Amino acid sequence: MTDIAAKTAESAEPKATATVVPEEMAWDSRAKRVVLLYVPLACFVIILLFPFYWMAITSFKPNAELYNYKTYNPFWIAQPTLDHIKHLLFNTAYPQWIFTTMWVAVAATFLSLFSSVLAAYAIQRLRFKGSQYVGLAIYLAYLVPPSILFIPLATMVYRLGLFDTPLALILVYPTFLVPFCTWLLIGYFKSIPYELEECALIDGATRLQILWKITLPLAVPGIISAGIFSFTLSWNEFIYALAFIQSSESKTVPVAILTELVSGDVYQWGALMAGSLMGSLPVAIFYSFFVDYYVSSLTGAVKE
Amino acid sequence: MATTTQTAAPHWAHVRVQPNWLVRLFDWKPLLIVVCLLPAVGLLMVFLTYPLGLGIWLAFTDTTIGKSGQWVGLENFEYLMGDPQFWQAVFYSVFYTTVATVGKFGLGLWLALLLNNHVPFKTILRAIILLPWITPTVLSAIAFWWIYDPQFSIISYVFVDALGVRDTYFDFLGSAWPARWSLIAANIWRGIPFVAISLLAGLQTISPSLYEAALLDGSTAWQRFRYITFPLLLPILAIVMTFSIIFTFTDFQLVYAITRGGPVNSTHLMATLAFQRGIPGGALAEGAAIAVAMIPFLVFATLFSYFALARRKWQQGEGND
Repeated sequence: MTDIAAKTAESAEPKATATVVPEEMAWDSRAKRVVLLYVPLACFVIILLFPFYWMAITSFKPNAELYNYKTYNPFWIAQPTLDHIKHLLFNTAYPQWIFTTMWVAVAATFLSLFSSVLAAYAIQRLRFKGSQYVGLAIYLAYLVPPSILFIPLATMVYRLGLFDTPLALILVYPTFLVPFCTWLLIGYFKSIPYELEECALIDGATRLQILWKITLPLAVPGIISAGIFSFTLSWNEFIYALAFIQSSESKTVPVAILTELVSGDVYQWGALMAGSLMGSLPVAIFYSFFVDYYVSSLTGAVKE
Repeated sequence: MATTTQTAAPHWAHVRVQPNWLVRLFDWKPLLIVVCLLPAVGLLMVFLTYPLGLGIWLAFTDTTIGKSGQWVGLENFEYLMGDPQFWQAVFYSVFYTTVATVGKFGLGLWLALLLNNHVPFKTILRAIILLPWITPTVLSAIAFWWIYDPQFSIISYVFVDALGVRDTYFDFLGSAWPARWSLIAANIWRGIPFVAISLLAGLQTISPSLYEAALLDGSTAWQRFRYITFPLLLPILAIVMTFSIIFTFTDFQLVYAITRGGPVNSTHLMATLAFQRGIPGGALAEGAAIAVAMIPFLVFATLFSYFALARRKWQQGEGND
């Protein structure tokens, strides 16, 4: 229900029975609101956030507390420690993994932004015969899931001599980034008035000048949200990185944590959780800066 | 007036610098279109369309790692037909997708309806709720793995030691059915935010005057949901559901991170089975055949969710644009 409708509902209901017991009705509707709205909402938030809390608390717990629920309350830390994080930073190749992931994500993002801006501009603004079909084909490409493609891509990557190099990931990630970014940017370009470009055309600007000096500066918010999406999607990508990368030092964070830190029968939960927490942090920080762009582009993309 | 234009025009033309041939070439529309589309279309052709075809071709060969294969026709598929492990993966993929989609959409719609009310700290709330969706799936899956630990599971602690409701610890991942349900729960947890936030966007486009009219007509809350909210939400629901079904059916990360298909291969999805046979197992052709076997399911799911739900769009008088 929307706000206005909710307000009218609240004001309409007591009116109908105002002559009987108004106080009780008011109390009743407030209690109803708590039970029907705040309690479920609180449950949702607690359940959605609990794994993160658990991840955070585990990564600062000393091992003695971690495996002893009898003497220590598992929901809290008696003596916080940085041992797990120290272990990750100095005894494993964790900094290297972060660096590789960052490099792959940034490069793949720039590559896909470059190609999708040009493609979206051509489809939305240069309007040629069949431009709609090209747009549709690019959109359909988003529906092809990586799980179908990773085996043939692995053989291709091997034959191209890119196996076990981050370059393979940089070239392959645009397959799922370009369709999404193009789709998002087509929608964004649509919202920029075409008259602005016509004016520039009359003034004798070339098409590329128009793109560079008029359309792109106006499309910055759209490009930023496409960039955030691309960065998070590349950071989170797993199956290609798992299939194409073998040597420990060029693994990305999600793959490295699962394959390098999980060794033997005894899992080092503290280190695993610390690794997961630190692997999630860059995306979370990045996201918190641009949350408004993120939500609006997510909802905007769905509305399109 | 006429004289001024006549005198001004040559002057204006004189000032304008004639661009060099390179600039003029790039202003020629057909070339510009080709140049603009080339990076995107080229990347997608080489790394998406070609591998898709190659994957289908591989499924009909006997390729293994280190040996380029010969055409063997339907042999791989015939082998898979008689392979109980494959059928188990097909069953679990369908089961996983169905239950997780129902759960995600039920809970996601509920959360969207809750968020659509006037609540304090709405912006922060929306940002917090999206967290499970933006963090890397594998990393949150590892957190679930730890939550599902047989000895130190926090859920077991709460139920056995804190509340005393049960006597024994939960065995989340040790046997087939509990492991299957645990994975579905983790998938629903991860999927709720996306569904809720997308549907919330849809809810906010519904005009409040419709609810006012319905209230004046004396409708109940359920009637308002059934005859206003739900029909107007269907177009967005169709799109979100198509995406959700496709990416749940082909899910890989969650299962690979938490159980790797175990215990005793009971939680293999088609994607994880394809990976296990194809990459570590080396039977590329067999893996490709399993991956190709996913395509009919995906096409069916897409057509179903699209046509069953989205065809209503024109009934609301909207264009297809």
